[in-house]
Amino acid sequence: MATLKILVVDDEPGIRSGVTRILRNFRVDYPFMDEAFEFEVLEAPTGEAAIEIIENNIPDIMLLDNKLPGIQGIEVLEYIKKKQKNIVVVMITSYASLELAVKATSDGASDFIPKPFTPQELKSSIENITKRLFLKNMTNKLQDSGKQIRFTFLSVLSHELKAPLNSIEGYLKMIKDRQAGPKLEDYDVMIDRSLDRIKGMRNLILDLLDLTRVESGKAKRNVTEIDLFKIARTAMDTMRPYAIQRDVTLKLNGTSPLFIQGDAEEIEIIFNNLISNAIKYNKDGGCVDCNIIEIGKDIIIEVKDTGIGLSSSDIEKIFDDFVRIKNEKTKNITGSGLGLPIVKKLIDNYAGKIEVTSIPGQGSTFKIILPINKS
Amino acid sequence: MNPSNKTILIVDDDQDYLFQLQTKIQNFGFKTITADGQKEAEELLEKVKPDLAILDLMMENEDSGFILCYKMKKKYPDVPIIIATGVAAETGISFDIHDESNRKWIKADCFLDKGIRSEKLKEEIDKLLVKQA
Repeated sequence: MATLKILVVDDEPGIRSGVTRILRNFRVDYPFMDEAFEFEVLEAPTGEAAIEIIENNIPDIMLLDNKLPGIQGIEVLEYIKKKQKNIVVVMITSYASLELAVKATSDGASDFIPKPFTPQELKSSIENITKRLFLKNMTNKLQDSGKQIRFTFLSVLSHELKAPLNSIEGYLKMIKDRQAGPKLEDYDVMIDRSLDRIKGMRNLILDLLDLTRVESGKAKRNVTEIDLFKIARTAMDTMRPYAIQRDVTLKLNGTSPLFIQGDAEEIEIIFNNLISNAIKYNKDGGCVDCNIIEIGKDIIIEVKDTGIGLSSSDIEKIFDDFVRIKNEKTKNITGSGLGLPIVKKLIDNYAGKIEVTSIPGQGSTFKIILPINKS
Repeated sequence: MNPSNKTILIVDDDQDYLFQLQTKIQNFGFKTITADGQKEAEELLEKVKPDLAILDLMMENEDSGFILCYKMKKKYPDVPIIIATGVAAETGISFDIHDESNRKWIKADCFLDKGIRSEKLKEEIDKLLVKQA
């Protein structure tokens, strides 16, 4: 059990004793904390008394009224800022003007509790602050001991590359030890899974090459006048065998040709990724529509599928490296988790935007907005 | 100890690793139940109390194994938990579990590398089950 010191600065004795009473048996405990927190409340009736306490016995949290008999709350706050004391300050105030609030915030107040407050309001504010303090301490501790868990690109990458190797190695060992008995066909599933994992790993490596190209290859960019429809058709032809397997119809809509200044390979990577996703996350017998239209100064490319769709929380994550949406429906779909991050980075190169709309169970639409650059 | 009376919960989001580990543990003679993520494991734990659990670390989130471990220890404090991880070798992060403060934070009984040999795994499982009994 850890204890946080809370200093309540208020000239009303009722508020001080109230806070002490409310927090006396209050505990904050979250699953991720290794211990619960309780609170020790110190009281100061004036700003001057508060400063004296801070000098001798620095609190973790301060509940500060602005309207005090001597120096005002805001001056106590300035003092803390000047002395660089590490205290989380919550203003408790009955009539905070906007001006005061702005000033207090810029001087480091992190929260406001309007007076009068209910025990619940006080508790939830303290709970939030405790959580924040805990996480801050945790981060500091990790940094201090050099153990900060940084799931950087490379560490995740090595995980992603090692996982299929481990899995294939595991199957080979099982086969070597004849762990499924003497019948050869009992090993088919292990061989198939191994082949799948090898395929996944190859795709990851291909995606990595794309990514390296995107991130380092500015000098190698080959920008010419290219026809978006031609590139879209190439991408569709590449994906067609896969679409046929899934009985997914591919359609390209719009008035061909449409020329832009761009790097053909880059644009093809964009189409390849979006179209292959649209097939991969589709339903058997579904449909992929690729629309290319010029609207005003923009070109809109839409890739629309009739697949499993994405929740709004999924959409927030899908452009981050190595993120794969894991649920019952995506369980057997393999992917590197790099496709969309690559698409996003490429579109950034063209000063474009990508937007996603989706209805879970009905399908997703990826919409790219490219400003026309006809040099 | 009769292994066939003992049920081991295995949680891993890599279906191949899950299958391989399950086969291994069944070959030791134990009963197994499996889940492919933190959420499914939590649902399973509402219905079943295993005798031991082996959890992967990085599943839905990079710390799913820790969270699951914590929750499981709250629900069934007496069930030993092994966290199987490749993280240490892959990311350069080492969780020194002999260090008291880390042990307190992570709360697992044992950390094993995913590439561990079968005999060694069996040994660790037996050790934990004997301690529990």
